[in-house]
Amino acid sequence: MEKSTVFNNRLLPYMLLLPQLVITVVFFYWPASQAIWQSFLREDAFGLVSEFVGLENYQALFAQPEYYASMLTTIIFSSLVAALSLSIALLFATQADKSLKAAPAYKTLMIWPYAVAPAVAGVLWFFMFQPSLGMLARPLRGMGLDWNPLLNGNHAMMLVVMASVWKQISYNFLFFLAGLQSIPKSVIEASAIDGAGPMRRFWTIIFPLLSPTTFFLLVVNVVYVFFDTFGIIDAVTGGGPAGATTTMVYKVYADGRLGGDLGGSAAQSVVLMIIVIALTAIQFRYVERKVQY
Amino acid sequence: MANVTLRNVRKTYVGGFEAIKGIDFDVGDGQFCVLVGPSGCGKSTLLRMVAGLETITGGEIDIGGRVVNQIEPADRDIAMVFQNYALYPHMSVYNNMAYGLRNRRMAEAEIKTRVEEAARILELGAMLDRKPRQLSGGQRQRVAMGRAIVRQPKVFLFDEPLSNLDAKLRIAMRVEIRKLQRRLSTTSIYVTHDQLEAMTLADILVVMNGGQVEQIGNPLDIYQKPATTFVASFIGAPPMNLMPLRSDEIKSQLAGDARANEAGILGIRPEDFVITNETVSGGVALGLTVEAIERVGAETFLYGTRQHEVQGVAATPGELPPGEIIVRIPGAVGPAIGERIRAVAASDKLHLFAADGRKRVGC
Repeated sequence: MEKSTVFNNRLLPYMLLLPQLVITVVFFYWPASQAIWQSFLREDAFGLVSEFVGLENYQALFAQPEYYASMLTTIIFSSLVAALSLSIALLFATQADKSLKAAPAYKTLMIWPYAVAPAVAGVLWFFMFQPSLGMLARPLRGMGLDWNPLLNGNHAMMLVVMASVWKQISYNFLFFLAGLQSIPKSVIEASAIDGAGPMRRFWTIIFPLLSPTTFFLLVVNVVYVFFDTFGIIDAVTGGGPAGATTTMVYKVYADGRLGGDLGGSAAQSVVLMIIVIALTAIQFRYVERKVQY
Repeated sequence: MANVTLRNVRKTYVGGFEAIKGIDFDVGDGQFCVLVGPSGCGKSTLLRMVAGLETITGGEIDIGGRVVNQIEPADRDIAMVFQNYALYPHMSVYNNMAYGLRNRRMAEAEIKTRVEEAARILELGAMLDRKPRQLSGGQRQRVAMGRAIVRQPKVFLFDEPLSNLDAKLRIAMRVEIRKLQRRLSTTSIYVTHDQLEAMTLADILVVMNGGQVEQIGNPLDIYQKPATTFVASFIGAPPMNLMPLRSDEIKSQLAGDARANEAGILGIRPEDFVITNETVSGGVALGLTVEAIERVGAETFLYGTRQHEVQGVAATPGELPPGEIIVRIPGAVGPAIGERIRAVAASDKLHLFAADGRKRVGC
């Protein structure tokens, strides 16, 4: 039976909901609707006059080859970051789950990167791999590798991927570890007696039982790479070289703030919003089905 | 088919705690061995050592003539039924049972034959496609049993498999486990804290306490001749009445008994008393005041206090408060509360133990 509470005062339930509703309206619905409205307007460079132009901003957007390039960049970047941060975190979590003496210290160390702001993380990685001064860039160049993220788009991509993955591993690690610890020990023991070696045990028992955690993290990580990696990209490459690391969210910023094209930038954020909503819906519809057990 | 032999098996944890303090016993081929004891006595640890889930820090465990100390659980040719069943929640009943066989690369056709045979024996035929969460507790228990029997292992290990079931189902499953084991005649080791389960299932009963074996033997022999006061109070419900022999009243009655000189504790089972006014030569008569009565239909338990106040003996689990005596009488009629009765036990019903309770005196 559903538990339900009956309020005697008719106003009280609405009052209790109000704070959450206000926050959602002020910080989500209002800016989102502003963005949608803005995407139908064209503003002059000084922000003095704006004119309704209908779908012109969208037409201009989809006529830009750079926009398709940023889509491709986003796909590469987000799949790399999500796949790497999830799999590395899972590997670390399975190791931390073993009853080792140093496990608590190891866990604490694993969580630290999460406390570092994205921009700061970006700067750290940028310094380490800065081609002429970076602590790690020099040995790379010493080995004869022409390491230069400032000029080579692939190198720049590798760098932002590494920084974003490094930042996200902590979060994924925590959830995977909690997920692993909630698997009954006797189930693992039963499978050991049933003759499954460590690898087989992992893929046939542990991984399927972790699927709710994995699914949750997949959704969170996709949203993370789409939006929260902005700070890292801005600090490490600023979208360069030559747009090689300009993801869709970075392009919104670059075109709107730096380029002054508010209408076009708003149109991009609307497209971005639709993509993320669609992705999340697809994940819930198709991936979650396989999660049930 | 195999013997299981334990030779001076020990388990000491890294912190120095000794969980198992040197255990020896032998389970013959096809026998049903039950390890019984209170919580924390090490019985589950010992079973897990046989399974290979815990390391062995001393001694040897031998399964079918092969020392298995260093052998992985999967290669010991054992199957285990866990207390919480440990079914794979994401697999169907069929796949739960087939999993261990697939890991051993058995042909699918043979797996099908074996799983269907097990399902028939355990009456799970209609449930093969279901997931564990769609089953009742008793059905899950059967699946856990099925997973063990399809493997046709040398040894079955049971870790309190019935303790998550309700009382009625527990009795039914107990009988089924025994029948199944007889039919397959697979050597089995079964851990329980329930002395009734232990008595009814065991060919060999191992009573454990504090990481040591208190007594090994046939359950009835143990019941009739407990080797220590711990066994005397643990096996049998309600427990054996234990009285220190410092009490002059009892000691004088035992004057003719040769055992009384060495003994410090007298034990009498509740069912060995007779309420009578006649004198019994060589026996013990206790004057009691009835303080509580439990009528369970076929029998009645009287809780009485001895009229001569006695200091308690060393406390052991299941022991009565000092001075309290339980008497079992058949039927539902008997004395009323507050009535004074005379409970008599014949000399062959008396159990005598050394004063520390660690040794039985006489036979």
